[in-house]
Amino acid sequence: MRHTLAVTVHNYPGVLNRVAGLFGRRGYNIESLNVGTTDNPQFSRMTIVVEGDNLFIEQVVKQLHKLIDVIKVSDITDEPTVNRDLVLFKVQAEPAVRGEIMQICEIFRLRIVDFGRRSLILEATGEKNKLDAIEDALRPFGIIEMVRTGQVSMVRGRR
Amino acid sequence: MELTGAQILIKSLEEEGVDTIFGYPGGVVLPIYDEIFRSNLRHILTRHEQGATHAADAYARVTGRPGVCITTSGPGATNAVTGIANAYMDSVPLVVLTGQVALSLLGRDSFQEADITGITLPITKHSYLVKDTKDLARIIKEAFYIATTGRPGPVVIDLPRDISVNKARFDYPKTVNLRGYRILKKVNMLQVNQAAQVINQSRRPVLYVGGGAVIAGAHREILELAEKAGIPVTTTLMGLGAFPGTNRLALGMLGMHGTRYANYAVCECDCLIAVGARFDDRVTGKIDAFAPKAKIVHIDIDPAEIGKNVRVDVPIAGDVLTVLGELNARIDVSFEERKEWVDKIDQWKREYPLQYDQTGDKIKPQYVIEQIYEASGGEAIIATEVGQHQMWSAQYYKFTQPRTMVTSGGLGTMGFGLPAAIGAQIGRPEALVFDISGDGSFQMNSQEMATAVAYQLPIKIAILNNGYLGMVRQWQQLFYGNRYSQTDLMAVNPDFVKLAEAYGAVGLRVERPEEVRPVLEKAIATPGPVLIDFVVDREENVFPMVPPGGSLENMMGGCAE
Repeated sequence: MRHTLAVTVHNYPGVLNRVAGLFGRRGYNIESLNVGTTDNPQFSRMTIVVEGDNLFIEQVVKQLHKLIDVIKVSDITDEPTVNRDLVLFKVQAEPAVRGEIMQICEIFRLRIVDFGRRSLILEATGEKNKLDAIEDALRPFGIIEMVRTGQVSMVRGRR
Repeated sequence: MELTGAQILIKSLEEEGVDTIFGYPGGVVLPIYDEIFRSNLRHILTRHEQGATHAADAYARVTGRPGVCITTSGPGATNAVTGIANAYMDSVPLVVLTGQVALSLLGRDSFQEADITGITLPITKHSYLVKDTKDLARIIKEAFYIATTGRPGPVVIDLPRDISVNKARFDYPKTVNLRGYRILKKVNMLQVNQAAQVINQSRRPVLYVGGGAVIAGAHREILELAEKAGIPVTTTLMGLGAFPGTNRLALGMLGMHGTRYANYAVCECDCLIAVGARFDDRVTGKIDAFAPKAKIVHIDIDPAEIGKNVRVDVPIAGDVLTVLGELNARIDVSFEERKEWVDKIDQWKREYPLQYDQTGDKIKPQYVIEQIYEASGGEAIIATEVGQHQMWSAQYYKFTQPRTMVTSGGLGTMGFGLPAAIGAQIGRPEALVFDISGDGSFQMNSQEMATAVAYQLPIKIAILNNGYLGMVRQWQQLFYGNRYSQTDLMAVNPDFVKLAEAYGAVGLRVERPEEVRPVLEKAIATPGPVLIDFVVDREENVFPMVPPGGSLENMMGGCAE
């Protein structure tokens, strides 16, 4: 099962290394890892998506807790959350097919952020499934390049 | 008043109560060594940085205080890596100070630059690269706190050259403020009650005691629990000494080279109480067949160890000493009620004792260990290297005191024993310290003979010399069709007696069984370091043995056919 971990860490150099290194050497597979600043400049917030059963995730969480620079680890998989990923696609867009691509943009609420002579850059945000669907829809036109931020998550409500 | 970083370092070490450090000087740590020269700190100069880390490690193991060592940058720091990994695997509190190139040269592949905090990331409890001299005192305070509390471990402090030269105000912090570092203080009484209930109801309980019990100083509590409730006790390699090996309830070591009766007891028990142990593969053998009939109670200070390798019925995360204190008060079963089980254990002990045959005129290595045990009155600190001699030491020396077995358990570092004996002797000057060694292991850090001689440390080095990398040879014999690939050292070993003499130590050779005891007595009576080259039966094997991946009840050898 896919688990989402919200991890608050010290905003020190090398902390990402410690977390990523832990996953690497213990053989935990990271599906996505996102790190960024928070409202408090002392801390960074990581959203780590990792695949595994409950026992395995328990061990991952315990090992993360052992890192001195890790302040807090929450498994928010079963919480009501907002999950978002941002993706940029550079798509081949000869004049003949542009109309069709722009239709797709409308359906999926994609934004066109760059308009080249032979290509477009499109921006999308959403949950993983939606972005996967967009990728499938755009693939026939030729995706020249794609970048994804990895998932960021936040628990709904007051918590 | 403003002090240089080097002065702050020395003062901070003094604040931490450090009086001895182990190390090796070099370019970027010159400013620090200049301050060491002027301070009252005792600096032990080893002949290799690996020796310094192992010596500091052993110093910590025998005293219970943190070990401190210092190296220069680059190769000095990388030479310390094995020692750091060794301390990490055995949970030894170590503060490792490494020199580093100046901040302005960092990351430019400068002369003698190595990213030591990066290299040691997976083998340290924590590490610091100091970027500003004004942070130094706080970092040292934190490093000692982290190294010594909770589950202990090594902490690396990387010190760029200018950090030790630049000045800052010195104000040693009284407290640490580490938001992400929690030590378990409270014990979950619900779980303790549950454990007590499981233990009280069990008919055939076994205590399985690891190095965590030694670290926690819980040997009295373990003895109390065992004797009160009639619970036989098996220890891991790291747990030797946490329970007196001479006690009726002592089962000795379990696992791959454990006693038959310890392994049988684990297979038959209906309740296994794991105390500061981590279900290592050398202990459990085939994990699915480990203690198959038992409810498992697991007490450990590191929550990540609980449930890591086996399913646990009653998990108790907390300080072993505190937990056992609470648990013992809730045990209301008597020794008498366990008589049947203890009798069964006694019967196994009579039927399947550890045994070897010292009848011929070749010295059996096990006999040497037994004679060291007797000649030392069982009171010595035993450091070992890694291999057959280590297993024989664990089997045949009956450890009765905690912190007297100094061995590389987790990492299995050949070359640990000699520098460890040095560190142990410095930590416990009054103690009789042996390094029980093999001819292979000894050569991995034999340069530390010079250290032992320089400080006239009265360590006794007993080489069980079979002219083989014996443990590897044993596996080649048993599992690789007698093909002794690269394990025969006989023709190329140095003359160890001459080697000892070249360093200025006393060297003795023993070739006949009847000489073993008198030469040991002579060595013990001789001041200063003594090396004894015991020429032993070449192809003696360590038995019993659980073949790798096998279950504990299926042992090879070590019993009368």
